[in-house]
Amino acid sequence: MEFDSVMLSRILTASTLLFHVIFATIGVGVPIMIMIAEFLGIKKNDPHYLVLARRWARGYTITVAVGVVTGTAIGLQLSLLWPSFMQFAGQVIALPLFMETFAFFFEAIFLGIYLYTWDRFKNRWAHWLLTIPVVIGSTLSAFFITSVNSFMNTPQGFDIVNGEAVNIDPLAAMFNPATPAKVFHVVMSSYMTAAFILAAIAAFALVRKKGKDYHKKALRLTMITGLIFAAGTALAGDLSAKFLAEHQPEKLAAAEWHFETESNADLLVFGTINEEGEVSNALRIPGMLSFLSGNSFDTEVIGLNEFPEDERPPLGIHYAFDIMVMIGMYSLFISGLFIVLMLFKRFNEWNKPLLWGIVASGPLAMIAIECGWILAEIGRQPWILRGIMKVDEAATTSGDVGIALAMFLLLYGVLGTFCVTVLIKMFKNRPPEAELEKRYPNGKI
Amino acid sequence: MSLEVLGISVLWIFLYGYLIVAAIDFGAGFFAYYARITKREHIMSKLISRYLSPVWEVTNVFFVFFFVGLVGFFPDTAYYLGTALLIPGSIAIILLSIRGSFYAFGNYGPSNNTFFLFLYGATGLLIPASLSTALTISEGGFLEVTDDGVVFLAKELFTSPYSWSVVTLAIVSVLYISASFLTYYAHRAEDIESRVILRKFSLFWSAPTILASLMVFVALREHNPEHFQNAIGIWWMFGLSLLFFMIATFLMYKKKMYGFSFISVMLQFFFAFFGYGASHLPYIIYPYVTITGSVVNETMGTALVIVFIAGLLLLIPSLILLMRLFLFDADYVKGKK
Ligand code: HDD
Ligand code: HEM
Ligand code: HEM
Repeated sequence: MEFDSVMLSRILTASTLLFHVIFATIGVGVPIMIMIAEFLGIKKNDPHYLVLARRWARGYTITVAVGVVTGTAIGLQLSLLWPSFMQFAGQVIALPLFMETFAFFFEAIFLGIYLYTWDRFKNRWAHWLLTIPVVIGSTLSAFFITSVNSFMNTPQGFDIVNGEAVNIDPLAAMFNPATPAKVFHVVMSSYMTAAFILAAIAAFALVRKKGKDYHKKALRLTMITGLIFAAGTALAGDLSAKFLAEHQPEKLAAAEWHFETESNADLLVFGTINEEGEVSNALRIPGMLSFLSGNSFDTEVIGLNEFPEDERPPLGIHYAFDIMVMIGMYSLFISGLFIVLMLFKRFNEWNKPLLWGIVASGPLAMIAIECGWILAEIGRQPWILRGIMKVDEAATTSGDVGIALAMFLLLYGVLGTFCVTVLIKMFKNRPPEAELEKRYPNGKI
Repeated sequence: MSLEVLGISVLWIFLYGYLIVAAIDFGAGFFAYYARITKREHIMSKLISRYLSPVWEVTNVFFVFFFVGLVGFFPDTAYYLGTALLIPGSIAIILLSIRGSFYAFGNYGPSNNTFFLFLYGATGLLIPASLSTALTISEGGFLEVTDDGVVFLAKELFTSPYSWSVVTLAIVSVLYISASFLTYYAHRAEDIESRVILRKFSLFWSAPTILASLMVFVALREHNPEHFQNAIGIWWMFGLSLLFFMIATFLMYKKKMYGFSFISVMLQFFFAFFGYGASHLPYIIYPYVTITGSVVNETMGTALVIVFIAGLLLLIPSLILLMRLFLFDADYVKGKK
């Protein structure tokens, strides 16, 4: 591997995005959880849920701040590191990028209002209503940014004449073939990840025997929503795979080490591959890849050998794919199990092994997000705009990318460390029981 | 109005908006830190945090809006500035990141850490300095286009009197705008002690602001005579700016009409900023990028304008709500809510 400005730009972009996406995912997912908790609190007249919403919102302010600043970094870095790409793509895909700033604006305004008006309205529903624009704003920004990313995978809405984009159709570019499945999957997986992270926190308090009713309610709520969102994520992931089979077969083939075009293709799980492309130690599920690609074992799945060698994505993305799918299955399993035990009174859903399993599911969900993006982005290589512009044509010619990379890695290290310590401190010294006692002394809202 | 003029006007209006709200925010950070180290923080910091807490994120979006819009309307600027500004741009991003996140850590977080406040105060002055270099570079003379791409002449920038005059202006303007606004805010909050201090700040920074503006003019005449001539052609804009400056300082001095005094400060900067912008045209980056030569294709441009109008219809009522709740709600300002 040669560390030229292209490689360094890729590493810097990847670091920024992988760091940002942690906070972006929380940013998209947590508002809906706050919305549900506050709704239940008012509806059931139960202060537990209101304190839950308040505490989630308080932690959220910290992660949003890091999300906003790292997002600003990406926005500028796109121009700084990929000037030729932005000069070209700006002609076609500026629309959703521009719309995204409005979505941020909308969300930022109402988030500011929401956080500082807890006790300002006589009617509690008025405060709850403020969650709606926040949820809409953050979900819309996920939609817009994901449609830009989709455009990079399946560009359309323009023609190229003499190297220039002409006949531009901004809406066709925005609603390209990749958009529906991708947006659905990104939004669902963000909701799901937020639910499991919040569940992990509650479960951790219960394992440590610090948890009381408050944490039990929190865990029930997050497990039920988590199961729903996990099912949605799996469904959306299935749609994504079908989309790939049809529109971006080289990505799916590389992710599945699938070389020859064939029907009744096997799904490989884990394993290793050697220089000659021989796979060993993998678990083979017969016909499953065909089924994943088109709902029937007869579906023909295009193999990697159909593509010129210099246009094949790296084979390493196989592991990212497997890890993501495994975690998807695991989350369905663990939340399903919890709910089954909860419904049948004979069992104890608060047993330690199960709680530890839930504690693990939070970080795992975030790992799945990272793996998903690694699959999606590295699976697009060597293209930056699939079929039109390669990554090395797009990168900056500046010789200073290495310095910038070092500065940003340091920045992310510092931000990450402080963010975690501040969050821990914030909640450690203020147990929810004390807060309940203080805010709602007679147990009513 | 042609598309490119419409586009640049929209962007310039947003940059002006950012200039005002960000200056208030940046300056407030500095004053908050200053109050802490001079042991007067019990007076001012509550006031400042009551204003800043609900709005800092909105301030940041103004900036994001500007650069996303610039790349959208004029994609060529992405190419020129992008290649040239990697290091200065990265430094600005890092400063902005530190500022935003440490504000949140310090303010929403558990500890009231002086170090966080120091970062917050110091970045408040460094960010305007580093962002203003983008405007300096747009005057030409700091970029070289070679076969390998665009090269940024960092040494020229650091030794140019023009560049330093712009940096000075940026810093003193921030302190001046911020102090004028906070005086008004303190007045509304009936926080007399803070008002007395902030009024002094505002008067203190008024003369340097005007001196620095004159310095910029002098340096511009040397650096880019063409732009200077254009500016002379619309001298009345700068004249109005000076007039509003005098009104603002007079009212501040007489302790009268703090609100109108701040509006005059806004108008002072409005006329200077738009005079500067108008005389800068047709160039975005002298002499490589003009608004006509770099404007995005018409379909996209029209789509952006439509979205912009729709967006405003959504945002203006929301912004009014935000201001009514936090800026014009007397009880909130006084800290009773
Ligand atoms: C909680 C996170 C999470 C979980 C459990 C899953 N995914 Fe996923 N996946 C993502 C989070 C994610 C993501 C981060 O949201 C990605 C990255 C890019 C994208 O569009 O979504 C993604 C991408 C992605 C892609 C590539 C899409 C593209 O490049 O266009 C496929 C084929 C799948 N996923 C399929 C699945 C399947 C079959 C799953 C089985 C349950 C699954 N994912 C679970
Ligand atoms: C799945 C992908 C992504 C999601 C879900 C996402 C979501 C978010 C969220 C929720 C925020 C916080 C906004 C706020 O609260 O105001 C944010 C900030 C931001 N994101 Fe991302 N983001 C993603 C990827 C990207 C990418 C690839 C870019 C660059 C093109 C980007 C650009 C930004 C910018 C500029 C901000 C700062 C906005 C502000 O100042 O408020 N995001 N993002
Ligand atoms: C938030 C979601 C995203 C994540 C986590 C993400 C992740 C990544 C990763 C891991 C890479 C490295 C690929 C490699 O070096 O081989 C990458 C590259 C890149 N991504 Fe994405 N990406 C996201 C969305 C986007 C979007 C929406 C855009 C465009 C607006 C974008 C633009 C790029 C560019 C320009 C590169 C560098 C070129 C390349 O290597 O393909 N990404 N991203």
